[in-house]
Amino acid sequence: MRDRLIFTGQLLFTLLVAAFLVVPAILSISAGVTVNYFRGISSGVTLQWVFQVWELYAGTILLSFVVAFATLVLTLVAGVPAAYALHVRGGRLSRIIEEVITLPLAIPGLAIALALLFTYQGFGDFRRSWLFILTGHVIYTMPFMVRSVMAVFATIDIKTLDEGAASLGATPWRRFRDVIVPNAVPGILAGSLMVVTLSLGEFNLTWMLHTPLTKTLPIGLADSYASMRLEVASAYTLIFFVMIIPLLVAMQMFADQEQKR
Amino acid sequence: MPHRYFVWLCLLPLAVLTVAFFLLPMARLVVTGAEGPQGLAGYLAILVEPRYRATLINTVLLAAATTVVTLVVATVAGMFLQRHRFPGRAVLIAMLTFPLAFPGVVVGFLIILLAGRQGLIGDLSNRMFGEKLVFAYSIFGLFLGYLYFSIPRVILTIMAAVQKLDVGLEEAARSLGAGPWAVQRDVVLPALGPAFVASGAIAFATAMGAFGTAFTLATNIDVLPMLIYTEFTLAANFATSAALSVGLGIIAWAILALARSFSGSTVAAAG
Repeated sequence: MRDRLIFTGQLLFTLLVAAFLVVPAILSISAGVTVNYFRGISSGVTLQWVFQVWELYAGTILLSFVVAFATLVLTLVAGVPAAYALHVRGGRLSRIIEEVITLPLAIPGLAIALALLFTYQGFGDFRRSWLFILTGHVIYTMPFMVRSVMAVFATIDIKTLDEGAASLGATPWRRFRDVIVPNAVPGILAGSLMVVTLSLGEFNLTWMLHTPLTKTLPIGLADSYASMRLEVASAYTLIFFVMIIPLLVAMQMFADQEQKR
Repeated sequence: MPHRYFVWLCLLPLAVLTVAFFLLPMARLVVTGAEGPQGLAGYLAILVEPRYRATLINTVLLAAATTVVTLVVATVAGMFLQRHRFPGRAVLIAMLTFPLAFPGVVVGFLIILLAGRQGLIGDLSNRMFGEKLVFAYSIFGLFLGYLYFSIPRVILTIMAAVQKLDVGLEEAARSLGAGPWAVQRDVVLPALGPAFVASGAIAFATAMGAFGTAFTLATNIDVLPMLIYTEFTLAANFATSAALSVGLGIIAWAILALARSFSGSTVAAAG
């Protein structure tokens, strides 16, 4: 009897917490397709706000994808070899390097963005281009890629594989390409999902680094929250959800799979 | 090419990116912080200047409150979800973790929809009591926003920790005559200690540095990141904004480093 009561109480509490997280998201989605949110959903369902967002902000959505993809390429090119090097080298220096590249997780994005601004404000063309946003995103997401790949190396005996291939006469580059990278695929995929998801939603850094001509999706969102009617802001948020939720689901499925292994 | 050189070559791209776009800028930030009219003393302003100090205290209190409430909520819900199997459990877990990657601005907007001028809570309270409850733009709205993005992060850590608990210890305690509360208090909660420290530190550091939510809610409550932002853009007070950023960065980093030395696991904040 008492167990039953405790169970029900905990279930109700958990449902309440879930409602707190989900209800606002549902409100936002419904507002994005409602003719007049103030009058409620009875005023009719429409896609006009979604189209309006597309007309006004298509550029930001496009730029977000460009930045996210470029961030992914750079974190792959720099992060995967580095994860391998840090793993095989080991020792004090590797730990220090890992510590340094992980710092951007602890330091608020605003501080990193200000640091980039103070350093590169003299380089006008660079500062005005989307590449400036890219640098911030790369620094912010790099630790996720490196650590996710290193986590895979920690579970397989990469040194033996590497030495085995070496004893057969494979050059370091061939070993890296044909032995190391194929074995690191789960970590590379998990890291890539994380990098793209974080880059698409990044605001703290981007708000400081953007210019009127280089607005990403979250910047456009903040803009619409401040100056557009509620329905447009909601429709814009809806588009963001549609982009980000498949990535989150994929990440969740990936984590479940890893746990079962 | 010997393997040793190849390993160094592997580190090269990361080293170039990190030095050019993180280490050098950070050094520049620290130097800029001391370039104000007060020189190095500018770094003390965060503690000495009454307005900055009040903001710092505000931010720390808000982050601490967020951390404590998030830990309590996430522990109750996380323990329940990890210990029971029932239909709809997977959906419930998905609901509790999906806001993980929402940017702060979106969270701010969701709080406006919940408790803003056209919000659900105001609408309901208007119908029930004839009075419109609007608190999205107050410190309580900000607190709700911080809870919103902290709960999913912390709940995942707590659930993972509960899964690793040794059920045998609880059974032993029960067989020795301990009641359900005593088991929770003396066996389960102490065993979860490292997870509390690790996830609590993430929640605290994230709340200290959160900018997007406060920005969207446009509250008149000063939190440190908003103060840095206004000093930089509106007042063009570059040295002060740099000094405050360095202070904020050190606080957030120190909390995480301290937690890690306690719990032994690696933790990270984001958002």
